[in-house]
Amino acid sequence: MKKVKVATVWLDGCSGCHMSLLDMDAAIISLAQKIDLVYGPLVDAQEFPEDVDVTLVEGAVSSHDDVNKLQKVRQRTHLLISLGDCAVTGNVPAMRNSIPVNKLLQRIYVEGAQEGKVVPTDGVPALLKQARPLREFVKVDMCLPGCPPPAKTIAAVISDLVDGKKREAGYAVKFG
Amino acid sequence: MPKKKLSIRIDGELINAVEGQTILQAAKANGKYIPTLCDLEGLTPVGACRLCIVEVSGTDRLFQACTTPIQDGMSVITTSARLTHDRRISLELLFVERNHVCAVCVSNGRCELQSLASAMGISTVRFAYNYPKLGVDLSHPRFVLDHNRCILCTRCVRVCADLEGAHVWELTSRGIHSRIVSDLNQRWGDSRSCTNCGKCVQACPTGALAEKGYAVEEMVKRTDNISSLVERREVQV
Repeated sequence: MKKVKVATVWLDGCSGCHMSLLDMDAAIISLAQKIDLVYGPLVDAQEFPEDVDVTLVEGAVSSHDDVNKLQKVRQRTHLLISLGDCAVTGNVPAMRNSIPVNKLLQRIYVEGAQEGKVVPTDGVPALLKQARPLREFVKVDMCLPGCPPPAKTIAAVISDLVDGKKREAGYAVKFG
Repeated sequence: MPKKKLSIRIDGELINAVEGQTILQAAKANGKYIPTLCDLEGLTPVGACRLCIVEVSGTDRLFQACTTPIQDGMSVITTSARLTHDRRISLELLFVERNHVCAVCVSNGRCELQSLASAMGISTVRFAYNYPKLGVDLSHPRFVLDHNRCILCTRCVRVCADLEGAHVWELTSRGIHSRIVSDLNQRWGDSRSCTNCGKCVQACPTGALAEKGYAVEEMVKRTDNISSLVERREVQV
């Protein structure tokens, strides 16, 4: 049987959703036999591959780099899933949204810093005005809210997809 | 004089009700579920959240079950595709209007807004988030008011007026600018009419009103205490 190509992406989030993904205990063994994890923080691949079946994206869209990544991911993925509250609602990263970016960076890197009081610009992507959910940038096929989404739900969704079932409803959902 | 007995139908089932009851009261008395958010047993119903909308045969208009009195022969539908659609939109609009960051809320796991969304299977909203800049009033020695989490259900306004008789809370402004205010838009800690009873905190369905000193998921509200207080005091509503 051909293995299903699964990728994960980490945007503006805390990686808690990825922790939850790993937290599915023994279920991960049987799942690993049916999927190929082709990209993400848990594997080594440098470039997002073509023709990925399912991509789970954690985190809000916060920077221009996030937008570019997400657009590439969308082009190369059949089914894109917003994984967790940051990807679905903006959540904690969006708590900065009412503060102008300049003011925010000044407060953290200058006023709030003990030493090296300078706003970093080299090698870091420029922030967007606001951190916003994925679906405001690309078409999202499915949303799994939660902070993080329970491991059981993530496991159920992936194994359903592996078995060729795409269910819209029926999974327990909860914000937060 | 005993109240007149009326017979109505809820979802096709014949039900005996009493004159003066609202659709919601008649439904509850007969074990029929209608989702609610701003309603709290014992407080004057206001129809703020629009979740208890029902269909009434003979008209296309939807009615709020909490404020609509029953009439003899009335036939009410509590569940339909149209109602689910409209209720969902009402809930989604509540989520986008303010900053309900459930993950870092004292009421996470015990919030009526959050649990209704789960019950309705809401995994995302269709509207753009508003992300407004809203304040948090920490001036009261024991309690916190977080406007980010307020859904303007006015339970606090009503419990303070109906039950405590202190009339601390009011609504100010209109539409999306509406806010809960204490006294004449003063800081809660400066309010001279507040008795520090905490009934507003217990009545609040979300984390908008909370006790100080609680971390995420720790705030437990006792809305049942409010309802039983009303019952024991025989407050007429």
